[in-house]
This record gives sequence, structure tokens and C-alpha cells, in this order.
Amino acid sequence: MSAAVLSEKMNSFLTSLVVPEESGQRALYDQLTEKDFPTTKNEYWKYTRVGKITNSKFKKGQRTEDKGLREKFLLDGNCLVVENGILRDDFTCDKISGVIVTSVKPGDENKIAGFGKELNLNHVFSLLNATYYQEVIHINIAAKTEMEAPLKLVFITNGENVICNPRIFIHADKSAQAKISMQFVSLNDKGSFCNVVSEFIVEENARLTIDKLQNESDASFHISTEQVRQEKNSFFQINTMTLDGGLIRNNINLIVAGENCESHMNGAIIVKGNTHVDNHTFVDHQVANCFSNENYKYVLEDKSTGVFNGRVIVQQHAQKINAYQKNSNILLSDFALMNSKPELEIYADDVKCSHGSTTGQLDDDAIFYLQARGISKDKAKKLLVSAFINEITDQFSDESMKDAIQQILIEKHGWAIN
Amino acid sequence: MKQLLNIKNLHAEVAGKEILKGLNLTVNAGEVHAIMGPNGAGKSTLASVLSGKEGYEVTEGSADFDGKNILELEADERAKEGLFLAFQYPVEIPGVSNINFLRTALNEIREYRKQEQISAKDFMTMVREKSKLVELKDNLASRSVNEGFSGGEKKRNEIFQMAMLEPKLAILDETDSGLDIDALRIVAAGVNKLKNKDNAIIVITHYQRLLDYIVPDFVHVLADGKIVKTGDKNLALELEEKGYDWIFADQKA
Ligand SMILES: Nc1ncnc2c1ncn2[C@@H]1O[C@H](COP(=O)(O)OP(=O)(O)OP(=O)(O)O)[C@@H](O)[C@H]1O
Ligand SMILES: [Mg+2]
Repeated sequence: MSAAVLSEKMNSFLTSLVVPEESGQRALYDQLTEKDFPTTKNEYWKYTRVGKITNSKFKKGQRTEDKGLREKFLLDGNCLVVENGILRDDFTCDKISGVIVTSVKPGDENKIAGFGKELNLNHVFSLLNATYYQEVIHINIAAKTEMEAPLKLVFITNGENVICNPRIFIHADKSAQAKISMQFVSLNDKGSFCNVVSEFIVEENARLTIDKLQNESDASFHISTEQVRQEKNSFFQINTMTLDGGLIRNNINLIVAGENCESHMNGAIIVKGNTHVDNHTFVDHQVANCFSNENYKYVLEDKSTGVFNGRVIVQQHAQKINAYQKNSNILLSDFALMNSKPELEIYADDVKCSHGSTTGQLDDDAIFYLQARGISKDKAKKLLVSAFINEITDQFSDESMKDAIQQILIEKHGWAIN
Repeated sequence: MKQLLNIKNLHAEVAGKEILKGLNLTVNAGEVHAIMGPNGAGKSTLASVLSGKEGYEVTEGSADFDGKNILELEADERAKEGLFLAFQYPVEIPGVSNINFLRTALNEIREYRKQEQISAKDFMTMVREKSKLVELKDNLASRSVNEGFSGGEKKRNEIFQMAMLEPKLAILDETDSGLDIDALRIVAAGVNKLKNKDNAIIVITHYQRLLDYIVPDFVHVLADGKIVKTGDKNLALELEEKGYDWIFADQKA
């Protein structure tokens, strides 16, 4: 064992931040000072440079008194607002029977069964979050609860050069049917960094569906880690729509711990400018008789860049696993770039796994066909992009989020999904 | 008689290779023209050049449509001016519904012509009416454009679209290929119903059979990038019987 080496880069990064007071977080802080940020030499970060983040001097995000926040961000106003990682308790939303939302302060995490249990703190950004979150937003969905409408959360990064570390813990108890939607937006967030960690526990026979929309400004940074654990006969689905941001990295880590589970990960990424979007998914099939499916679609315009890395492990005794993965990408400009990589590690013999990745331009013959019927070239392209993405947007169950997506597409890209 | 299409000495290249080599053709309102000719002669190329497909370079000559130089227009503008191409190989477009895209097309055309947008109700009435014309199965109109359609269904769909868009000049590129005998009769009857004194049709075909139903006023032979012979409907019968060689022999003589 080598002695702890203090990383210069990390220490310079931490100087602008106040050392946490609570003893648990203080201990994590000590760990953090010995860590370094990943470089592109690290396989897990090969295509995403975090230098712009790690060279920044951030200040801790505060909650504000802004009363208009909720209405600003669509979603019909019936939502909870998390501003710079802090739940705005002066806003409430319609009560949903069986669903309890509490905010838990650092030091009180032992009130949350299973908290942090699956999260890998060797990942420096997860450790950063654990060190600095100001509260844990704990959402408990009681056994057998049937949610008809989703619980809506809006995460706002508010202010320049702000760092926020939102922390969520969602527990869908046995046989619950839960829907959550999470929208990430920003206000005056030049140079800000949202580093969010969410944990999801899906108990036996429970169903949990997450609709997630990322639409922060193109001057911001965002790293999001979703840690999921599924128990037997459960269903989990996460739909991610990324429409704007500067640098975005999403890590979904899914542990399938019980048999007869079904897991879905869908993503649609439609970005332009210099936006960089990196989705890393990881499914760990620990037991037999499960099904997982992922479908990620990117539409990259201008100089935007995309990364998709889908890792699937099928453990030795996990027989009869069906694991499918698809990544399709359309480059709308010669300068856009996509990197796609599947990583299948299969240690069982009776499994069905497949992956496929395609990257290309829009079909010229299809554009001409539409033009020959009187549709302008621009409109023809939009129709084709919308047709391409449709299959993902159809998966969203939060209708107000679908409306928000349409509105953003019209504003930012001049088209909507047909 | 109103002139709809006037092509003079048209030369066009694709991928640096000259395909059309001085083609002349005039089409008036109310007429049906058939273009026949050997494989690779340039028939589809002519259709592509007229409808504005990218990659085809006109190096010489002119093509006026309804008094306008169409070679300067974008493909969609040509369609908006009233030109229609029924493709030899209709493209499959997954995810784009036939009906939605037609409605978009129709409304774009109307906007271009400074006409009012069509209401959803009127549009659906029109869809029902026109799909009957070519006996297009109901579900095909609402499916993704040509996706999974049989060869014959694709061709019917082309004529259905023609019926919806009511062009001034329609170019039907081998619409008969892939149609069974009954379908051929139905599609031809549909085309005949769309025909009137103000519009015109160019049918590109290899077979006399279609011309039994859609009777042409003129039959042209296109070979090696030019119209080499023009006659009336009897020319098609003669070609069916004798092939093309005698024409080339005649030319050389
Ligand atoms: N995009 C292209 N690139 C290269 N050559 C082409 C291209 N399009 C057409 N050609 C060539 O141009 C010539 C004419 O083709 P075209 O499709 O117009 O023939 P056609 O008369 O319609 O034949 P058919 O009766 O078989 O449909 C052929 O030799 C063809 O290979
Ligand atoms: Mg042809």
C-alpha cells in the first residue's frame, strides 16, 4: 500500500469549497483529498474530458427566495422544486396517497434503509456528491401504492459558477407501481456544475418508471449517476431525453438482484452547438431469468459530440437472460461526432444477448421522396428526425413532460415530434 | 392548346457520365405520352432530372414547365408548381405516416399557392375518396410510408398520392411493374379518372399492356439519352412485336 498522495488538482478544486462540518461527510472529504479526477487515459472516461469541470472554481449553490421558479419550467406547476440541491419546502405539490417525500440532513442517513449501499464511492464524482450534498431527498412509495400520475421533480441549477450536488433516494416498496419524472433545468447557470446522484430501490413485484429530461444551458456541466437495484419480479424503466447542456455525462448502474425482472433504458439525445453527451449504462445480471433492453438514439447537429457505452455483465449462474442493446445515431453535420461501444461480458452459457450500433446521415432518397411530394428539404429532414426519435418519446408516460419536450424542440430546433 | 412541358436539347450527367444527350419533348395539356426504350436508356434519369433529384447535372438545354424554367427550382418547388413523379422504386420511410406526410405536403403546396390550409375533416374525406379510387386498403394510408408494402401496394400508393396532390403533369415511371393483372386495371382506371383536359401524363413503361388501359396520344422511344422515334399508339404495338433493333437499324440507314 502506498501512502495517501494528495492530489494537487483535487486540492485546488476543493479550495473554493467549504469543508463539510458533519462528521460523516468530513470523513468522505478526507477520502476525496486523496483522489484524483479521471483523465481520458481512464477507459471509463475515454471520450469525455472533465478538465473544464475540474479546473473550475465553483461556489456552493444556495436556495433562493425566487417565488416564480416553479411556473418558469412548465410541467404544469404541479411539481416539487429542488434548487441547487435543496428541496424548496415553500412549494408543495398535490399529495399522492402512499408517497412520502422527506428531506434528510447529513448525519441522519441511517433513517433511510439501504442508503448508499450500492453506490460505488470509488467513482470520484459520486464521492464528491456524497461529501457535499446538503440533504437527501427521500421518496418512499409504500407497498401496493398505485400511482396514476407521476410525482414530478424539477431540479434547477441556479446561479453562475455554482456547484450543486442533488441527492435522491427513491424506494418503491413491494408491489408498488410508481412513476417519477425528473426535469433538469437551469437559470443564469454560466459555468455551473450539477452533480446529481439518485438511488432507486425496486422491491419485489414493484414497478418503477422514471422519465428524465435534461435541458440545462449549453454553458453548464452535468454529471448524473443513477444507481438502481431490482428485486425479484420487478420492473424498472428509465427514459432519458437530453435536449441541451454543455457537457453531460450520465451513468446508469443497474443491479438486477432478483429473478424474473424486466429492465428498460431508453434515451433520446437531440443536441447541437458544442454540446457533448456521454451515456454510460451498466447492467449487472446477477441472477437467472431476466430481461433487459436498452435503446439509445442520438441526433447530433453542428459540432456536438455523443458517446454511448453500454456494458452488460451476465454472471455465471444467471442463465436464461435476454439482454438487448441498440444504439442508433444520426449525424446532421459533417462536424458532429459519435463514439459508440458495447461491452458484453457473458459468463453464463444459456443467454440471448445482442447489440447493434449504427451511425449515419439522414437517407437522401427519403429526403428526395418527401421533397418530390412538395415538402421543403428542411421540413423533410425534420420529419425524418422526428420519425427517428418517435419510438423513444412514445415511451414517456408524463404527458406534461412530453409537452415540455415538444416546446423545447420547437424553440431550439424549430420542429416538433409528429 | 396549352403547353405544359417543353424540353429542348437536354443534356444531363450523373457521376460525370452523360446520360441524356440532347433530348427534345413537348407535352401539352390534355395529352398522354408514353416513353418506352431499352434498359439503361435514360428514362428514369429524365424523370429524376425533371423532378430535381440531386446529383444530376444539366450541362446543356432547357426544360420549361408551365412557362417556367423548372431546372432552377428546388425539388419541392417543382412539386408545388404541379409536377408529380410516381417513382419506379418508391422509398420506404419508417416512422413517417403516409397520412401525416401527405397532409404536410398538401398544406405546403397550398401555402405556396396562397390557398387556405385543408381542415382535418376535409382531408380525411379526401383520403377516403382517393384511396377508393385505387382501392388502397384503409390501413395502408395510415401506415408508415411504403414500409413493408408489397411491390403492388407501393405502386398503388404512388397513384393514391397523385390523386391526393392533383398535379398538372404526372410522370409515372414503370408504375405497371409489380402490379398483378387486376391491380393494373384498377390503377389504370384510377389514372384515367384523374386525367382531364387541363393536365397531362407521361407514362414510362416497357409493356404494351398498360397502354391498352391508359391510351397514349404519343409514343416515344428513348434510346441512348435521346428520343429517337415518335409515333401514335400503334408504335407501341409495333415495338411489342419487333423490339427495338429495327429502330436503331433505321437510324443507321
Ligand atoms: N446515380 C447514378 N450513378 C451512376 N450511374 C447512374 C446513376 N443513375 C443512373 N445511372 C446510369 O444511367 C443510365 C440510365 O439509367 P436509367 O435509370 O435512367 O435507365 P432507364 O431507362 O430508366 O432503365 P430501366 O428501363 O432499366 O428502368 C444507366 O446506365 C445507369 O446505370
Ligand atoms: Mg427506369
